Amino acid sequence: MVGVDIVGVGWFGFSPNVHDHSFREMMFEAATRAFQDAGAMNPREQVDAFISCQEDFWEGISISDEFAPDPIGGSMRPTMTVAGDGIEGLAHGVMLIKTGIADVVVVESHAKPSDILTFNKIVELAMDPIYLRGRKVVNYHFIAALDAVKYMRRTGISREDLASVVIKNKGNGLKTSRAPFSSRLSKEDVMSQEVIVYPFTDVDIARPVDAGIVVILASDSFSRKFNDTPIAIKGIGYATDSSNFELAALGEANYMRVASSIAYDMANIESPLKVSGIFVDDRYSYKELEHLEALGINEVAEKLKEGYFHQGSYLPVNPFGGHLAKGYPLEAAGLSLVLDAVEYLREGAESAIVGSWRGIPTFTGGTVVLSR
Amino acid sequence: MRTNLKFRRVAAIGAGLTEFRRRTLETPQELAWEASRKALDEAGLELRDIDCVVIGSAPDAFDGVHMKGEYLSHGSGGIRKPTSRVYVGGATGVMTAISGWYHVASGLCKNVLAVAEEKMSPGRPHPQAVFRYIWDPITEKPLNPNLIWIFAMEMHRYMYVNKVSKEEIALVSVKNKRNAINNPYAQLGGQITVDDVLKSEVLVWPVQLLDVSPVSDGAAAMVFVEGDIARRYTDTPVWIEGVGWTLDNTSWPDRELAYPRYLENAARMAYTMAGIERPQKEIDVIEPYDPFDYKELHHIEGLLLAKRGEAPLLLKEGFFDVDGDIPSSPSGGLLGVGNPIAAAGLMKVISIYWQLKGTAGKMQVKRPVHTGLAQAWGDLMQASTVIIMRN
Repeated sequence: MVGVDIVGVGWFGFSPNVHDHSFREMMFEAATRAFQDAGAMNPREQVDAFISCQEDFWEGISISDEFAPDPIGGSMRPTMTVAGDGIEGLAHGVMLIKTGIADVVVVESHAKPSDILTFNKIVELAMDPIYLRGRKVVNYHFIAALDAVKYMRRTGISREDLASVVIKNKGNGLKTSRAPFSSRLSKEDVMSQEVIVYPFTDVDIARPVDAGIVVILASDSFSRKFNDTPIAIKGIGYATDSSNFELAALGEANYMRVASSIAYDMANIESPLKVSGIFVDDRYSYKELEHLEALGINEVAEKLKEGYFHQGSYLPVNPFGGHLAKGYPLEAAGLSLVLDAVEYLREGAESAIVGSWRGIPTFTGGTVVLSR
Repeated sequence: MRTNLKFRRVAAIGAGLTEFRRRTLETPQELAWEASRKALDEAGLELRDIDCVVIGSAPDAFDGVHMKGEYLSHGSGGIRKPTSRVYVGGATGVMTAISGWYHVASGLCKNVLAVAEEKMSPGRPHPQAVFRYIWDPITEKPLNPNLIWIFAMEMHRYMYVNKVSKEEIALVSVKNKRNAINNPYAQLGGQITVDDVLKSEVLVWPVQLLDVSPVSDGAAAMVFVEGDIARRYTDTPVWIEGVGWTLDNTSWPDRELAYPRYLENAARMAYTMAGIERPQKEIDVIEPYDPFDYKELHHIEGLLLAKRGEAPLLLKEGFFDVDGDIPSSPSGGLLGVGNPIAAAGLMKVISIYWQLKGTAGKMQVKRPVHTGLAQAWGDLMQASTVIIMRN
């Protein structure tokens, strides 16, 4: 079967407000950098298909895929939109290459939440119009808080444990230029914050950022034409648990469990403990731990206390800070974790797992296994 | 694209449709499930046999739900499995089938359920209101254009460049609404005349009421399986032989509107894959996208089934009738069946599937058919998707 490699990555933004570029200019900047990264690839001649990942309501445009082709070089070419997280787009790109109808695929995702005046209202529109939207959830973090409390009850994880995730990730973010919310905090700093919705304080919740990200995929027979050190996608999976909140299994990330089992099967991975690093969605501090458990790591709380997931340890988790330090660029959130993983592997690590989540109120996530 | 493709073969083995109607009482999830259940029944499969679900739906604003793929995953049986939504505006319906194809052809899944749903009637005061937000926010939105305006421009341009009359174009509406009489799912079948079309209300000249497909709600679903196992479930699998899709640039005012060059690209991609060199000779039945009557002719030319400006002449000679050389829209198309956007595109694929399977009932075309083509179109007159199937 054809293998698929990442041969170029480009990004732009990672700022709470990119006020001097439109979303299309951000897409163009990110694409230009990715093509440069892939050995000055010419998108008009060397790319077979383009995929953009976006959602209409985030964009404020109906049929937002109309604006996908031009900034990334995809006009008059096979270009399509996957309405979902960038990891889903990546999976569709992998599928196109594995069928053979494409050898090189560009996957793009972007977000400009600073343009959204009514963020809460947009999130509310993602809730079931009959069962949930009418309940008028004033603060959507409340939904994550229910999930968090159930998870903490089941596993015995405490507020202090969540604080140590915040301290680790915000500190790790200081190593990258993509982390506007990174800082050096002490346990007292975190524990003394006012609680917004139990168990979250302000620093337990990642914030949205503006960013555009482009990832270029190529079949393994082509990849070395573009890059000396391609990063192989060994396995990829994505899954949806229940889309109905009232029927969902709270306190466990089933979507990640299903997605990772697909990705592990494809990559022949026996245990996630055997990789060099994990890049996982930490939109809320507890989510990092819940997602690690769903990726197949047992006794997460104990391992966290032993320093297992810290920088320089046996298994660093979010060594570049995760979303708590970088912020999350909506549909580009998954690709932002892939971006971190690619940099990590280019620095010399052997393998990495990426786990993404689409955020409240969804139960959808994706997993990618990468190796050098 | 390579030409020596070695992907897994993929067969369609089941399909289901809801009736296309305006203001159905069912929720989008319920419509999606009705179509999915029928498709699974025809395939002889249960939901537990399905590995992956592909969802297609056009703008989120029609149903008024953000992240509509997530929402529809429930009604489409996409729970605890890989479920994703693909999207190219009005061309989404055929893209859903294409995506179902590559989920299997790539080896990721064995059995895929592809579901397309659209409920246009909740749009208030009219679904057209949703189209107020599809324009470039800086250069176009301040003019407050209406979608029918730009299609009137395209229709006018097509008529002017190719010297086509309104009477010739109206024949498409007459043919498709007549074909829809035989379709049990159709919303607006009927015996009308060219005169009826020409006397109907003018919306934006030259577009009149009977030139346009109706507002509809509906859902469609198909089951695609790996070629090696297809004959376990059916004696009459229908094979996916070619797929193609293309998006033109966003700037529609800069284009020659009389000819859909993006469709020609998409069609050439699908023909290359299916090994078709002379489309007019090798294709037996087609379902081109017809939200407006001129679009069917426009698309037939873009599909290289007629020379530029020649489609109206062939239509007049009966070339595209149910008993003609290449029957076009034997289902009744969007003009006759209805236009729940994404579902209408997948309905076109299903129509070809039933024709090739020989189970199209009263819609079945007279001549034996072996190769069929379905096509959809959308965005700012810039997207086209094409799928070719054989029995």
